[in-house]
Amino acid sequence: MTCLPAKTDKKLGLAIDLDTCVGCNACVTACKGWNDQGYGAPLSDQNPYGADPSGTFLNRVHSYQVQPADAAAITVNFPRSCLHCDDAPCVTVCPTGASYKRAEDGIVLVNEDACIGCGLCAWACPYGARELDAVAGVMKKCTLCVDRIYNENLPEEDREPACVRSCPTGARHFGDFADPDSKVSRLTAERGGFALMPEMGTNPVNRYLPPRKKDALDASPLAPLLDIKATGFAGWLDRMLGKI
Amino acid sequence: MHPAPSVILFTVLSGLGFGFLAALGLGIVQPAGWAAFALWGLGYGLAVGGLLASTTHLGRPDRAWRAFSQWRSSWLSREGIAAVATLLMLAPVALSDWLGLGWSRWPGIIGAVLALATIGTTSMIYAQLKTVPRWNHWTTPAQFFAFALAGGAMLAGQGAWAVILLVILAASLVAHWYFGDRRFAEVGATMGSATGLGALGAVSVFDPAHTAGNYLLREMIYVVGRKHVAKLRVLALVLACLIPGLILLAVAHPMATAAAVLTHLIGAFAARWLFFAQAEHVVGLYYGKR
Ligand code: SF4
Ligand code: SF4
Repeated sequence: MTCLPAKTDKKLGLAIDLDTCVGCNACVTACKGWNDQGYGAPLSDQNPYGADPSGTFLNRVHSYQVQPADAAAITVNFPRSCLHCDDAPCVTVCPTGASYKRAEDGIVLVNEDACIGCGLCAWACPYGARELDAVAGVMKKCTLCVDRIYNENLPEEDREPACVRSCPTGARHFGDFADPDSKVSRLTAERGGFALMPEMGTNPVNRYLPPRKKDALDASPLAPLLDIKATGFAGWLDRMLGKI
Repeated sequence: MHPAPSVILFTVLSGLGFGFLAALGLGIVQPAGWAAFALWGLGYGLAVGGLLASTTHLGRPDRAWRAFSQWRSSWLSREGIAAVATLLMLAPVALSDWLGLGWSRWPGIIGAVLALATIGTTSMIYAQLKTVPRWNHWTTPAQFFAFALAGGAMLAGQGAWAVILLVILAASLVAHWYFGDRRFAEVGATMGSATGLGALGAVSVFDPAHTAGNYLLREMIYVVGRKHVAKLRVLALVLACLIPGLILLAVAHPMATAAAVLTHLIGAFAARWLFFAQAEHVVGLYYGKR
């Protein structure tokens, strides 16, 4: 049934640090690489080397400019993938039961053998986290690398999502948000981590850590000397123009 | 949202079909013999044809039967069940009308209620989506019901009722556009809330996440053809409501009814195209588009 579990034992998810992310797309590539060869249908590409390439990705990195009212503009790299919402609308709209949220760890998954590719779940997701694969005709989404995180055939340090494992700046953190002492919970508390589009009522699990406050240039100790008084004709002009 | 022809065909034709089936089930018209065969056949044809058109937009139509399973949470599943239940429930009444068997009309009344429920579930597939503010409003079900009832009344040859319902339909369309134009702002999703960076300052796209198209851009960030919206709205009102209404008021003849229904259908397609093409999904905010 595509009803949501009343409560999940764990809330596995990601804390993504917008301060540290450099927008290198390593996570995008690692995600595509891992999810192309194991879990479910491969992530197909259409016309990859042609004039109009297109393909299925579970994670994409945007880049935004933020212009504060009274400071210099900043650039923020912004990875976007499934937030494994507590009140996932993508699950409840699914007519076949293919979409579900796991009661044990809160991961939102698609059973590709039951999916009819109606696309309604992608319409219901505010975050664009689901893409219908053009070849397989079924819905693809982030699995939180469910085939890595519990995989005892992998060395311990590899038992985390491919995007987290590959990030060269450590901007992506994986953990259990239901545990207040987990790394992701502490990071969220310390850094003021936030949820995306709370007005959509989805209660996402993933959190984003905001860019840290940028330093402002200190006033130069020589600043008083800059207030050079003009003299002579230039000084007269300066005074006259000041009066107009 | 991408105005997929299969979905436009489906919602318009099956809406009209179920509206007409409700009229037949209630016995508003009680044809007999081959006339019954033709009229019931038309109702079934429209309803089933629309449903079949809708399966062509599935990625895996071979598994469509699975969509009947999740009625507890999914409006799409409920729609499938309601549609099939309606068609089954009305079958004995249709048969009895055609062959003059004189069976009870009770299944017809239950079937009519189910037909209305089907129209309601179709509209809720759209109205439930918070992500598409324009649809997430009572004017969506109002518009779907008005279309089905007005179309059904026209096909059933109920001139006076049809005219009243066409006026209601016009009102529901205007209401949907009036409230729809304000919904996105009302819901309050912005690039600032989508990225969570709004508290820091004004957010704009610096670099796109990808330079080529993808499923999201094709399916949900459809921005083509919006510049003709005002003209299309007028066209939809004139063709779907005004002209059919005037025809019905002027002449009471089956040929006039047919002309009115055909004009109405063209208007309905225009209105439904607008319903999709104008609907903005909040995911567009990530791309700086709406
Ligand atoms: S981010 Fe989208 S796909 Fe993921 S759980 Fe939330 S609504 Fe569903
Ligand atoms: S595309 Fe698949 S997973 Fe999504 S709602 Fe349809 S059947 Fe469910």
